[in-house]
Amino acid sequence: MNNIIYTLHDFLLHTESIVFIIMGISLLSMVGFWLFLTARDEDKNIQ
Amino acid sequence: MSEDAAVDRKSIMTPFNICAGIIVIAGLIVTFIRFTQGLGAATNLSEYNPWGIWIGFDLLVGVALAAGGYVTSAAVYLFGMKRFHSAVRPAILTGFLGYLFVVVALHYDLGRPWRLPYPFIFGYGTTSMLFEVGLCVALYLTVLFLEFSTAPMEWLGYKRTRNLVHRLTLVLTIFGVVLSTLHQSSLGALFLIAPSKLHPLWYSPYLPTYFFVSSIIAGLSMVIFEGTLAHRAFHHKMDEAHKAEHNPLTLGFGKAASLVLAGYFSIKVIGIAAGNHWHLLATGYGFWFLVELMGFIALPCLLYAMGVREQNLKLIRFTAAWTVLGIIINRLNVSIIAFNWQLPSSERYFPHWMEFTISIFIVTLIVLAYRFIVTRMPILYEHPEYKDSH
Amino acid sequence: MSISRRKFLGWLGAAGAGTTIGSKANAASNKVFKGYPDSMGVLHDATLCVGCRECEAACNKVNELSAPDKPFTDLTVLDVKRRTKNEAFTVVNRYDGIPESKGPVFRKTQCNHCLEPACASACFVRAFKKTESGAVVWDESVCVGCRYCMIACPFDIPTYEYDNPLTPKVLKCTMCAPRIEKGLLPGCVESCPKEALTYGKREDLIKIARDRISKYPDRYVDHIYGEHEMGGTSWLYLSSVPFEKIALREDLGITPAPSLTSGALGVVPMVVGLWPVLLTGVYAMSKRKEKIATEERETAVAEAIDKTTAEGEVKLSNAMAKAEKDKEKAIEKAVKTALEEAEKQAEEEAAAKTEAEAAKADQVEPDKSAGKDQAEKIDEAQTEEADEAPKTKDAKTNDEEES
Repeated sequence: MNNIIYTLHDFLLHTESIVFIIMGISLLSMVGFWLFLTARDEDKNIQ
Repeated sequence: MSEDAAVDRKSIMTPFNICAGIIVIAGLIVTFIRFTQGLGAATNLSEYNPWGIWIGFDLLVGVALAAGGYVTSAAVYLFGMKRFHSAVRPAILTGFLGYLFVVVALHYDLGRPWRLPYPFIFGYGTTSMLFEVGLCVALYLTVLFLEFSTAPMEWLGYKRTRNLVHRLTLVLTIFGVVLSTLHQSSLGALFLIAPSKLHPLWYSPYLPTYFFVSSIIAGLSMVIFEGTLAHRAFHHKMDEAHKAEHNPLTLGFGKAASLVLAGYFSIKVIGIAAGNHWHLLATGYGFWFLVELMGFIALPCLLYAMGVREQNLKLIRFTAAWTVLGIIINRLNVSIIAFNWQLPSSERYFPHWMEFTISIFIVTLIVLAYRFIVTRMPILYEHPEYKDSH
Repeated sequence: MSISRRKFLGWLGAAGAGTTIGSKANAASNKVFKGYPDSMGVLHDATLCVGCRECEAACNKVNELSAPDKPFTDLTVLDVKRRTKNEAFTVVNRYDGIPESKGPVFRKTQCNHCLEPACASACFVRAFKKTESGAVVWDESVCVGCRYCMIACPFDIPTYEYDNPLTPKVLKCTMCAPRIEKGLLPGCVESCPKEALTYGKREDLIKIARDRISKYPDRYVDHIYGEHEMGGTSWLYLSSVPFEKIALREDLGITPAPSLTSGALGVVPMVVGLWPVLLTGVYAMSKRKEKIATEERETAVAEAIDKTTAEGEVKLSNAMAKAEKDKEKAIEKAVKTALEEAEKQAEEEAAAKTEAEAAKADQVEPDKSAGKDQAEKIDEAQTEEADEAPKTKDAKTNDEEES
């Protein structure tokens, strides 16, 4: 019985908790990805 | 008493300082009452009205008016308006102080303020819009602190750290815009959960969008407004670049504010149509809604446009103050005036004098902190050692 | 993390089982949420309530609340409309002058224990929990005291200890969750002398209510308040008069509270995912524009420098040429004058010779030194003019760099 989510609130708690974690990871990895993407540009100035 | 001391006393005893001193003393007394006798002694909050002006003004208005930081840094660093570079530091400073004191003010309103970090340690109430607001405000305050920190580092001479932080400018700016978008809109979304309590003219599924768009307007107008005040008080502290860029900045931001106001006006009208609330415009609340819509959105939009077309800086400055007033009215409408509109007047909320005292106290603290910082740190001028380093 | 790993894996397992077996699809499909099965509730039949306040007294007792100013037997308190308070988790109100009813109608107020509680959805520390038994309970150990639950509650139920400076609590009916755990009835239900309150499984209560409505259609409004309001509540109401007349709002709608904010919450990750893309794009474009502008400016400056340099060189060479010419001319002229003078002299000498043949004719040196002086003077003037040319070039380059 524990396996089933019975309320919308619990479902949202579950999904939103995961979404918040993914948001944090994606926000940080965007920085790394941008550096990777532009590393070989002629001007390495990312400022 | 020696003559020197007399002169010193005279220079300290300015009317401004006397007023500020009285407010600070009153604020400290009320602070003591609030934290020793509870919210009941210092506020008119009730079961029906759990949020008063400490949320409606200190939090909602405070955050909206502190939007100048992200608006200006985005304009300069992301949208390439380098010619307004001198405006970034003052805007970041007021943004930082605004958010800092929003958090300070929040301690007055919370029942157990020392538990403020609980949502991120034990709680994880991720379905709550307040969780979203809290998380973004906490992160954005950190971002603003880092953005601002270059000024005290230049002042104190921490050259290496300063340059390290300076290299993060772009990343911090983008994070700042993302976080601001989220928490500005989430402040509006706070009220989405209470459709039965907020008047339908203000309640809309678009509330988050309204709050976000109006925060841009608030940010632009506050930069103009603060700039005007700063020019009166701290003209001697400004370098040539700051002075030279001020008028073009007023024109440029005035133009932007006019444009955003036009968009804001149209989405507000669309909101009435989407909810089919036209008939409510003929009621008392409808009249008040129209005052806000026409008097504080349409009117400043036109006044800004006229000011920009005629290069009338005086008109733009007046409109900026008017728009700021409009934002204050909007936030108070949503959180207090049009909230619980169905309750009989005996159950409605009007702030206690101590609530006003604390709100004024907080604003005074912001002004004092601003003055302390701009008279010492390179805010309104560039530090000679760090010129052309951006 | 709030959700234990085991529970999380369990949920994932449930989703898988749901799709393969197909049983209990609604419960586990994450599409329709019907609340905990077999959860309990209370049916309040307002037509049976006589306003004796026994429930209030029992509530006060079992929750160990402070005694009120007037005793519970004093029915004059019903003359004014009351609401839940810190010291009264439930109150009964009397509604007079309702045209649909001969006498006054009484209705009990307390937490309705929503199936999807707005307070729980609003709480940022998850202090509120909808339990499997049906009760919505509050956890003091995490509450920060923000009072957003009170903003969110559509029934205005939670109250707050405003006068407590250190540990203010949010207070509301708990459906006597501690008593239910012990197998006891909620205090109010137990004390009701008129059976206006029925405790049981929510599903059964709905059936009972339907039965009553169909058996006595004249006595009841054909609606079970709480069956769908705000997504459904564990407390259900039957009434002989429109629910609005006994202060149960009929404009709340049937949207469960979490759905009111789930849309806005859903936009959040989109902003986080796409704003950096958009903003970095805008930045890259403005940067590129700036770069092109800088390049164009540099080319323009370089061209201008080239042009001025070339002009300067032409000018210089012209000046040089002119100087050379002038010099030649001057020399020529000087030589010519000298020659002319010499000729003149020669003529004079010749004349003098004829005049005085006897006179000596030794001195015939032509004055070349005079011509030489003149040429040098001109030379100097020309060098000065040539010096000026590079100077103008410098000035011009400066101008353009500034602009």
